[in-house]
Amino acid sequence: MTGAGVTRITYREAVKQAIREALAADSRVFLMGEDVGKYGGCFAVSKGLLDEFGEERIRDTPLSESAFVGAGIGAAMGGMRPIVEVMTVNFSLLALDQIVNNAATLCHMSGGQLHVPIVIRMATGAGRQLAAQHSHSLEVWYAHVPGLRVVAPATIDDARGLLRAALASPDPVIIFEPISLYNMEGELTAAASEVRLEGARVHRPGSDVTLVTYGASLWRCADAANELASGGIEAEIIDLRSLRPLDDATILASLRRTRRVVIVDEGWRTCGLSAEIAMRIVEQGFYDLDAPIARVCAEEVPIPYPKHLEEAALPSPARIVAAVKRMFSDGQ
Amino acid sequence: MASEFRLPALGADMDEGTIVQWNVAPGSVVKRGDVVAVVETDKGAIDVEIFQDGVVREIVVQPGTKVPVGTVLALLEGAEAPSVIGPAAGVPSPVQPAATAARLKISPAARKRASELGIDVATLQGSGPAGAITLEDVERSPRLSRSEKKEAVEPKAGEGMREAIAAAMSRSKREIPHYYLSTTVDVTPAMDWLAAHNASAPVAERLLFATLLVKSIALTCDEMTGFSGFYRDGRFEASPAVHVGVAVALRGGGLVAPAIMETAGKSLTALMDDFRALVMRARAGRLRASELAAPTIILTSLGESSVDAVFPIIQPPQVAIVGAGEVVTRPWVVDGAIQARQVVTLSLGADHRVTDGRLGAQFLARVAQRLADPGSL
Repeated sequence: MTGAGVTRITYREAVKQAIREALAADSRVFLMGEDVGKYGGCFAVSKGLLDEFGEERIRDTPLSESAFVGAGIGAAMGGMRPIVEVMTVNFSLLALDQIVNNAATLCHMSGGQLHVPIVIRMATGAGRQLAAQHSHSLEVWYAHVPGLRVVAPATIDDARGLLRAALASPDPVIIFEPISLYNMEGELTAAASEVRLEGARVHRPGSDVTLVTYGASLWRCADAANELASGGIEAEIIDLRSLRPLDDATILASLRRTRRVVIVDEGWRTCGLSAEIAMRIVEQGFYDLDAPIARVCAEEVPIPYPKHLEEAALPSPARIVAAVKRMFSDGQ
Repeated sequence: MASEFRLPALGADMDEGTIVQWNVAPGSVVKRGDVVAVVETDKGAIDVEIFQDGVVREIVVQPGTKVPVGTVLALLEGAEAPSVIGPAAGVPSPVQPAATAARLKISPAARKRASELGIDVATLQGSGPAGAITLEDVERSPRLSRSEKKEAVEPKAGEGMREAIAAAMSRSKREIPHYYLSTTVDVTPAMDWLAAHNASAPVAERLLFATLLVKSIALTCDEMTGFSGFYRDGRFEASPAVHVGVAVALRGGGLVAPAIMETAGKSLTALMDDFRALVMRARAGRLRASELAAPTIILTSLGESSVDAVFPIIQPPQVAIVGAGEVVTRPWVVDGAIQARQVVTLSLGADHRVTDGRLGAQFLARVAQRLADPGSL
């Protein structure tokens, strides 16, 4: 992008610009996945790239996640810089063996001789009425695995900037793109060119409670924070950005300012990322807590298809506001 | 298996008390030492501990009722009973674990801050969900803003307390043949030592001169018999452990003298912590019965009142009391030359039925010797 100017683009366009820039900057980079070429990508992220870069670098694959992710791992080991698109995180389970047993382990098992600099992009989450087989948030499955780096861009700047940082990493990086954010429009700032792979970010400063979140839930938290502010409660929002490694220092620094934490995660509550974050807070910040840690997560059901049920299953600004108010008083 | 929990005498002159609050209910499991009730007495609201393990079967006296000492307040089952007899056999259900009844709801941040400020969390009112004490409750506590919250927490030392003091002091002067001794001690080394210690210590660990006095008295009681204990039924009973009581003046008038338990074995820092907490709770009317009944000797220090010496009256059934005046700078002869030194006049009021002046003089001398070497305390 150009200098310090501010441009309004969609999240989808930001991701596309990032891919285009990577393809132009490094001949080892190529994009591979189901329908990424002729169809322009299931979510239209790569529309037009086939014409621009040709079939060698924008490669349509069969419906065979295990095979094409495995091929991407091989290409990365062979010196290429593949960007592999898996249509949704639900389908990535077919490639779990390649990612967990190969991509994540080879550096360790080769004593550091083999690196797997693959970037795997996956759409994740609900909100578009795509039903249970396309709508889950399984980020924690990957955040669990040593050897992987897992990031979740929630802003236009991160959508634009994280890919460059991911391609620069010698380790496999999983990028989670929330389905519900592709149409979101926002400002692209100069900061996008300096995005780092690691580290959380204070999205909104506040003094009374910390909302720890990532991905699409960031914007639900932003809405909730606005409503809370009108009631006199200033919420600080932490956008995790990186789900592995987690940035404990930023979370704990915020806790020391606010003394209260609500974790908002579109994943399920049981054994989820929210549990891991809460435990880290307890381990490292117990004496700074002024209230029990609270969680707002997806309901423990496969994400429903009907719109009203889908909405009811997800963390909503109203549920976040209610969780915060419960921390301050019984009946407020 | 049933046993009776009776209203204990929460001080030598207590005849009756009003049950303010029960912390347990039928079915509660209680352990020796648990605070089971709050009782209003002439000395303010006092936490009453239970002296046996068991399960509460029945609350006999309801809150608001005034009853004489010795009245059965509650009935207990033996501790083993509920584990072998199921609810069907008549044991009230559900059985509530003791921890639920006694554990204070306070956030970790609030507990930590209260500890830093030396505030006893039992004196705080919780404003959080389910009455939990939050950080804000600690930071708004009366200890930090005395002027605004004074009336809310201080026990009103009204007629009741005046009567109690009158009864105890009259009995003392009627029954105890006091003898008095006093000596003025050069405490310059102790004050210098304190100043040096406090200069480098964090606020929470700073010491008062009274701490040194309390420790000196406790150690001296430990080595000399006849000053720490009780005179009962015509004879002296030495106390195996020394619990030095500290007289605390209440702002509304009156005073109490709760004990720093096991005084002799505690470090100065621990004594200071205890002392601070006792003063705090005394002024909030939250002393424990055992603390009020426990002193085996009392220190009354009128150090800030610009008096040189105190001639204190023994609190029955104790047999001695130590008084301290203000630490003042006076001309003093050191090695043949007059110097300005910091001195304090210590006095001893002792029971002539138990000790004589010669032993009392040794007692005061030993206390003075200890003060001269504060590093060893």
